[in-house]
Amino acid sequence: MAINWFKYSAPATFYELAGKLVPWFAWPSALLFAIGVYIGFFVAPTDAVQGEAYRIIFIHVPSSILSMFLYLIMAGYAALGLIFNTRLSSMMASALAPTGALFAFISLWTGALWGKPMWGAWWVWDARLTSELILLFLYLGFIALHASIDDPRRADRASALLAIVGSVNVPIIYFSVKWWNTLHQGSTVKFTGTSMHVAMQQAMFSVLAACWLYAIAVTLARVRSIILERERNTQWVAELPEARS
Amino acid sequence: MNKLSLFGLLRLVIGRDLMLAMRRRADVLTTLIFFVMVVSLFPLGVGPELDMLRKMAPGVVWVAALLSSMLSLGRMFSADYLDGTLEQMLLAPQSLSVLVLGKILAHWMLSGLPLVLMAPVLGLQFDMPVQALWVLIASLLLGTPVLSMIGAVGAALTLGLRGGGVLVSLLVLPLCIPVLIFGTGAVEAVSSGMSAVSHLSLLGALLLLALVLTPWVTAQALRISME
Amino acid sequence: MLEIRNLACTRGDHLLFSDLSFSLSAGELLQVQGENGKGKTSLLRTLCGFIVPAAGEIRWRGQNIGELDEEYYAEMVYLGHLNALKDELNALENLHISAGLAGWAVDDRQAIAALRHMGLRGRETLPVKVLSQGQRRRVALARLLVCNAPLWILDEPLTALDVGAVGLMQELIGEHLAKDGMVIFTTHQPLEVAGVELRRLTLA
Repeated sequence: MAINWFKYSAPATFYELAGKLVPWFAWPSALLFAIGVYIGFFVAPTDAVQGEAYRIIFIHVPSSILSMFLYLIMAGYAALGLIFNTRLSSMMASALAPTGALFAFISLWTGALWGKPMWGAWWVWDARLTSELILLFLYLGFIALHASIDDPRRADRASALLAIVGSVNVPIIYFSVKWWNTLHQGSTVKFTGTSMHVAMQQAMFSVLAACWLYAIAVTLARVRSIILERERNTQWVAELPEARS
Repeated sequence: MNKLSLFGLLRLVIGRDLMLAMRRRADVLTTLIFFVMVVSLFPLGVGPELDMLRKMAPGVVWVAALLSSMLSLGRMFSADYLDGTLEQMLLAPQSLSVLVLGKILAHWMLSGLPLVLMAPVLGLQFDMPVQALWVLIASLLLGTPVLSMIGAVGAALTLGLRGGGVLVSLLVLPLCIPVLIFGTGAVEAVSSGMSAVSHLSLLGALLLLALVLTPWVTAQALRISME
Repeated sequence: MLEIRNLACTRGDHLLFSDLSFSLSAGELLQVQGENGKGKTSLLRTLCGFIVPAAGEIRWRGQNIGELDEEYYAEMVYLGHLNALKDELNALENLHISAGLAGWAVDDRQAIAALRHMGLRGRETLPVKVLSQGQRRRVALARLLVCNAPLWILDEPLTALDVGAVGLMQELIGEHLAKDGMVIFTTHQPLEVAGVELRRLTLA
C-alpha cells in the first residue's frame, strides 16, 4: 500500500496545518471588520451627493472584488487539480465556491439596497450589477454540477473543466454586458469619485482586508471538512483524536 | 478493408446523426414547434401593440432560440451514451475532437438551422421590417452554431446524471449570454438606423473562438464523464 | 506486446485491485476471472483507457497507452456489455458505422459477408429493434470480422449467444490467435479454443 500512503499524505498534513492556521486568519478578520465598519459608519464624513446611503459601499465594493477574485482563484485551483491530478487543489476549489457565491450574493444584495435611494429602484440593469448576477449564476452552476455527481473524482474533474470554461468566458461576458449597457444608455455606478476622504479609504481597505482574511479562514475550515469526508475510510482519519472520541 | 480518413469519419458521424434523426423525425419537429410556440406566446402575454412588438422582436426570437437549443441538448450524447456507441467513439483511432465536431455540426443542422429558417416567418408576426429580418437571419446563422458548441460542453459534462436536463441549462445559459447580447444587438442596431457590421463581426469572432476551443473541451468532458 | 505493470484501480473510495502485473504476446488468449464486483470490467475498461489507473502503467509495444493514444486505438477492438447498436438502423448500417468508428471503411460486400458469417443471413437489412438479444450480440460481434486489429478486448462476449454461436466465437478466436492476434476476455461460460492454451488471471 505504498502508493496509497503517498497519495493520501498531502491532505493528511494539510488537514493539520489548516487547523492551526484558521484562528490566525479568523481573529484578525473579525478585528479588521470591526475597525473598518466603525470607521465607515462613524468616522467617515457624509457624502455631499449621496448622503448617508453611500456608506453601503464599504461592504458592497469589497464583496464585489472578492467575488471576482475568488472565481479566478477557484478556477486556478481547479485547473491545477485537473492537470496535475492533485486532490488537494480540487478540494480547495470546491471549498472556495460557496464563499465566492456568498460574496457575489452580498454584492448584489447591497447593490440593490444602494440602488433604491440612488435611482429609486431596487434593481437597475447596470453593467456591473448584471455581470455580478451572471457571476453568481456561474458559481451556482459550478456548485450544482459538483453536487450532482456522486463519484468525487469525476465531480472534481467535471466541475474543474466548467470553471476553466467559465473563466475564459468571464471577460467576454463582462465586455458584452458593458457593450450592451452603453448601447442602452444605462446609468453606470461610479463609486470612485474625484476625491475620496482618507477615512473612507481606511474603512474600505480594512473591510477589504477583513473579507480576504475571512475568505481564507472559511475556506480552510471548509477544506478540512471536505478532507475528512473524502478520507473517512483511511487510517489517519481513524487515528485523529476528534474522530476517536 | 481500408483505413477511414479523418474527413471520412466526419462525414460518417454527421451522416449517421442525420439518418437517425430522419428515422425519428418527431424529435426535430418538437424543438421547432417549441420555438414557434414560445415566440407566439409573447404577443399574447404583453399585448398586440405593433410598436412594442417590433421593438421586442429580436430579443424574443433570440431568447426562444436559446431555450429551444437547450431543449435538444439532452439528446446530443445521451442516446450514444446509453447504448454504448460513445464508448466506441472514444476508442476511435482518430481525434475525438473531430468526431465531437461532427456531432456538434449534426446537432446544429437538426436544431439550429430549422430555427434560422423559421425565424423570418416569426419576425413577420412581429411586423419586423425586411432589412431587420435579414440581419436577424444573419445573426442567428452566426450565433446558433455557438449555442450548439457551448451546449455540447454542458451536455458532455452532465452525461448520465440525475436531472441532467435542467442542470445543463443552468450551466450553459450564463455562458451563452454574450451570443444573446450581440445577436439581438445586431438587429436593434439596424432597426435604429446604424450598421450591424460590428455586432455581426463580434458574433463571427465568438463563432471562431468556439470552433477552436469547444470541440476539444467537449472531448475532455466526455472522457471525464465516461470514466 | 501488451504489458501491465503494478496496475491499481479504484472505484470511488473502494480499491478494486492493486499490484497487478501481466503481459500478453502474439497468439495468446487470456481469460480474466473473478467474482462479481472484483473489477473484471474495470480492468478491461482501464485497458481501453477509459479509466485512468490509480497507479501503475499499461504499455503497448513498449509505450504507455496514454502517450500512444490514437495509435493504440487503431490496433484494438473493444466489445463491452453494451452492443453499441442503434435500434432504428439495420444490421448493415450499424456494422458500417461501428467499423467506421473503429477506423475502417467497409464496403457492402464485406459487411454482408461478415454478417452472414455470424449467421445473420436474411437479417442484414432488418432494423436492429426487431432482432433478438442473441442476434444483436451477433451483429456486434461481426465488428471483429471487419476490423483488422490485433488486440481484442471482449467483455462477456458470449452473453445471450446460443450453443451454435458460442462454437462460432471459439472458431473466430482460434483463427484470430493463429494470425498472431491477442484476446483478453471475461466470461462466466466455458470457452475452449482448440490448440491454444488458455491463460487465466484471477482477480481476488
